[in-house]
Amino acid sequence: MSSSTPVIGVLALQGDVREHLVALAEADALARPVRRAEELAEVDGLVIPGGESTTISKLALAFGLMEPLRERVAAGMPAYGSCAGMIMLADKILDGRSDQETIGGIDMTVRRNAFGRQNESFESAIGFKGLAGDPVHGVFIRAPWVEAVGAGVEVLAELPAADGPESRIVAVRQGNLLATSFHPELTGDHRVHAYFVSMVENAAR
Amino acid sequence: MSTTPITADQPQIGTARVKRGMAEQLKGGVIMDVVNAEQAKIAEDAGAVAVMALERVPADIRKDGGVARMSDPDMIDGIINAVSIPVMAKSRIGHFVEAQVLQALGVDYIDESEVLTPADEVNHSDKWAFTTPFVCGATNLGEALRRIAEGAAMIRSKGEAGTGNVVEAVRHMRQIRADIKRLTTLDETELFVAAKNLQAPYELVKEVAQLGKLPVVLFSAGGVATPADAALMMQLGAEGVFVGSGIFKSGDPAKRAAAVVKATTFFDDPKIIADVSRGLGEAMVGINCDTLPESERYANRGW
Repeated sequence: MSSSTPVIGVLALQGDVREHLVALAEADALARPVRRAEELAEVDGLVIPGGESTTISKLALAFGLMEPLRERVAAGMPAYGSCAGMIMLADKILDGRSDQETIGGIDMTVRRNAFGRQNESFESAIGFKGLAGDPVHGVFIRAPWVEAVGAGVEVLAELPAADGPESRIVAVRQGNLLATSFHPELTGDHRVHAYFVSMVENAAR
Repeated sequence: MSTTPITADQPQIGTARVKRGMAEQLKGGVIMDVVNAEQAKIAEDAGAVAVMALERVPADIRKDGGVARMSDPDMIDGIINAVSIPVMAKSRIGHFVEAQVLQALGVDYIDESEVLTPADEVNHSDKWAFTTPFVCGATNLGEALRRIAEGAAMIRSKGEAGTGNVVEAVRHMRQIRADIKRLTTLDETELFVAAKNLQAPYELVKEVAQLGKLPVVLFSAGGVATPADAALMMQLGAEGVFVGSGIFKSGDPAKRAAAVVKATTFFDDPKIIADVSRGLGEAMVGINCDTLPESERYANRGW
């Protein structure tokens, strides 16, 4: 399965799939959309894109993808979720629908739409632990934040809270799983995707 | 691992990237017209990516006649409080105060829509003046680019709303796609005249010629009534679908709504489209667009 160039899927049930495919290709991965369990079985890693998390969750359940996703993630497949994808990788969510299911895998509690509605959506430079050079450009769209993390979770980026002294966690990693509240796929700066591609390459070794 | 200090500049809201980026997140999804909180919940349950709050669906606007305006703020609040997905609402063309009100209510997207009675027969609203992003209808590329020049962050082909007849949606989507394709075949010199003929800014025309697509997301609207209609629009190049009267004017809205969502995701898989199309009950009756007088064609509104 794993040759020198990793094959990375983008979960293509709904969301900004095309932007992730482009970003992965520019980070030297073979990128392809994944909508079926057979397609999931053929990839070395998976990106869960931005989109509407309730829609993605419902479609994953309706088309029998949720269990295969959980199995692959539990078996160590590297995965990266941006925005809705972060919600999908969270063990616990707040402000979701009462029946909303996630894939899970990262020991964290994520609050959905925590930064507010579209009028509060924003862009901001943000330091990202493990990436050399300039801060990344964070694009936050009705974005979630991480409210709590377990001991095994490494915090990679935080933003100062608008209304207090504390800060909001907006990027985390636990083992082979990576999640960001923001959308690097919308910026043309593919360093976060390159970081994930190297995670996939290391996992394949 | 290096230790980059964690810093942040002053955040910026209402940027073009944030407005257009919001529409990117809706791609591959279905946005449903709803007139109350109960319908909004049905839409969310079915997997809609957003709802469009309006007082009457287009089929009823056609039936009732009169002036169609922005919805009641209480009704919009009720829908915002009922669902967790994004909520859109319509303003009349050129009625920038209705748009200001919708922004103040906190809707996630404003549809400056030909389905409502136009308030200005010359000018559309200046959409750059808002933090809330706008979606606008178009029947061809020139119209789409004029709306983008005015600040629209998302385009939908107009179709003919409230008819349950997909023929105009197909016409407009094919026209926009054909106009784009033609631009990509022109050399740089020819783009100046192309901009003149399209009645659109040269810079946008040049951008489309280079990208081979609009610089914003393109959805389809106006006449989608079945899962196969939605999949048809996706195969014709739409990046997502608005469904208006087609769902809540049908026999079993919850089931039809879920089926349209599934058919939009698997638009290129006829087996799945066949499966989800079973047992949906009656579709909305629909109107033959040939029999619509010119004055009742909403697609003619907007300039």
